[in-house]
Amino acid sequence: MSSLVSDKPKADPARPYDGPPDYRVVGQHGMYPQLSHDEISRFNFLAQMNRHLSTQIMPGVKEAFDARVEPKFMAANGRGFKDRHEVRKALLKDPIFQWWSALRRATMETRQQAGRWVTLRQADQLNAKAKALTEHDQRLKLNPDLPLPRYVEAIDHHCMPGSYHTELTEGDVTGPCNYDIGIFATTGGMLGRYNDGGGQAIAAWVKEALPDLKPKRILDIGAGLGHNVVPIAQAFPEAEVVAIDVGAPMLRYGLARAKTMGVDNISFVQGDVSDLSDLADESFDMIHSCMFLHETSYASMPKIFAETHRLLKPGGIVFHVEQPQYTPEMPFFEQAMRDWDAFYNNEPFWTKMHEVDLDSWMVSAGFERDKLIHGGVAAVVDPDVFPQAAQDTKQEDYGRKAAWHVVGAVK
Amino acid sequence: MSKIDPLALAGAKSKGKRPYFLDTDVERLTNIVLVLAQELAVVRERTDTLERLLEQSGVLTRQEIETFTPTKQQADERGAWTQEYLARVFRVLQQEREALQTQEASSEEVADELAKV
Repeated sequence: MSSLVSDKPKADPARPYDGPPDYRVVGQHGMYPQLSHDEISRFNFLAQMNRHLSTQIMPGVKEAFDARVEPKFMAANGRGFKDRHEVRKALLKDPIFQWWSALRRATMETRQQAGRWVTLRQADQLNAKAKALTEHDQRLKLNPDLPLPRYVEAIDHHCMPGSYHTELTEGDVTGPCNYDIGIFATTGGMLGRYNDGGGQAIAAWVKEALPDLKPKRILDIGAGLGHNVVPIAQAFPEAEVVAIDVGAPMLRYGLARAKTMGVDNISFVQGDVSDLSDLADESFDMIHSCMFLHETSYASMPKIFAETHRLLKPGGIVFHVEQPQYTPEMPFFEQAMRDWDAFYNNEPFWTKMHEVDLDSWMVSAGFERDKLIHGGVAAVVDPDVFPQAAQDTKQEDYGRKAAWHVVGAVK
Repeated sequence: MSKIDPLALAGAKSKGKRPYFLDTDVERLTNIVLVLAQELAVVRERTDTLERLLEQSGVLTRQEIETFTPTKQQADERGAWTQEYLARVFRVLQQEREALQTQEASSEEVADELAKV
């Protein structure tokens, strides 16, 4: 009889690995903070935790929905669900949804703490570095008197304490730096080395859809720290790019970050994109937003669309990159799951934005219906290192998948 | 010198009322356990780095770690450490058991008693 306990371990079992790469593949641009071994390990854990939640636990929510949530609702009400909100409220009573949700929220809060620890402990150095890179640089245009839109002031988006705008001290960039370094953990490494998989996808999409477009001036609205606009500026090196956001720390960090990456054709301008009256009519060939509209409001969206129409040159293109809208074809269950970030990850307008007919809003803003554009893009990443979003059929993360819809128009 | 205290600010709350999905105490504990799980992964990864570096520099091989068999003395020391560890972790249950053996007054009752003239 052979012993079950061998004193010689076998070679490492060759379990094929598909998951997030080690955090150290993340690109170290010049504004990157110093990270200790343990701080990196935290991000590795959090990336794996998010991946585990989406691939191993979340599928159970659908199984529970089919097996008991929906049957229970039908038995109690004598009818099916009439909208996504009924589905969500029924899911809230189910243990699998409760535990998945509790862990997902906890993981987000833990990720914020992990990143904030890194940036706050070296705040002085980071802020000094940003100051040295941006002081007297005309490409940073701040407006300290700009009123904060209610949609930014009301809630800290994606549970990011201080959101896009808070400065803990003069010239603070710790907020955007925290955002930048933790995207890897939130997306399980799906956005690539410089969190620019989205921007790279947009650039590739534009070049394919409009091969003749040679934009001289590009406007990015709601640019944040510029991780999506940098690859666009790189794709159109001859273009003059303007990145607008309300958050001064984001812009300050954005310019410093872009400069250290050798990208010098972007200006970072503080402004509210529902009123860009400082910019001249028909002065841009291309205007876009990336995962921005869902953080605005019904009051500002028509103004944003109208401003983009005013600012575009004839023949120019505007487009917005977002997760898909809640169309009648989308099952209520999927809509309810996609609403999770709206209600439980501090993205309240997400649910409202995704139910409107964006085409009609664009037409109301002056665009011609037959010149509207629809498309789809998936994050472009280095496939040797990062999991590829488009091919990743295992990870339908209802709103967090690194694949998006494009809606836009040619003027 | 920075006025920013990472210890106080790293774990700051984000603006917006927090949702709870479970019994709030269970969810609070879940949050604590998640961070302990994270820190365990951090220690595990550090140990892994250590082993790989030691192997790389020829100090030991990981094979030696896998096949390490403690001597009787070493095993006893490790066993004793584990007993002490578990006794610390489960102190509250030990005390529950001890409490079964006695009828004790609460501090409020003792205070009242000691205040009697």
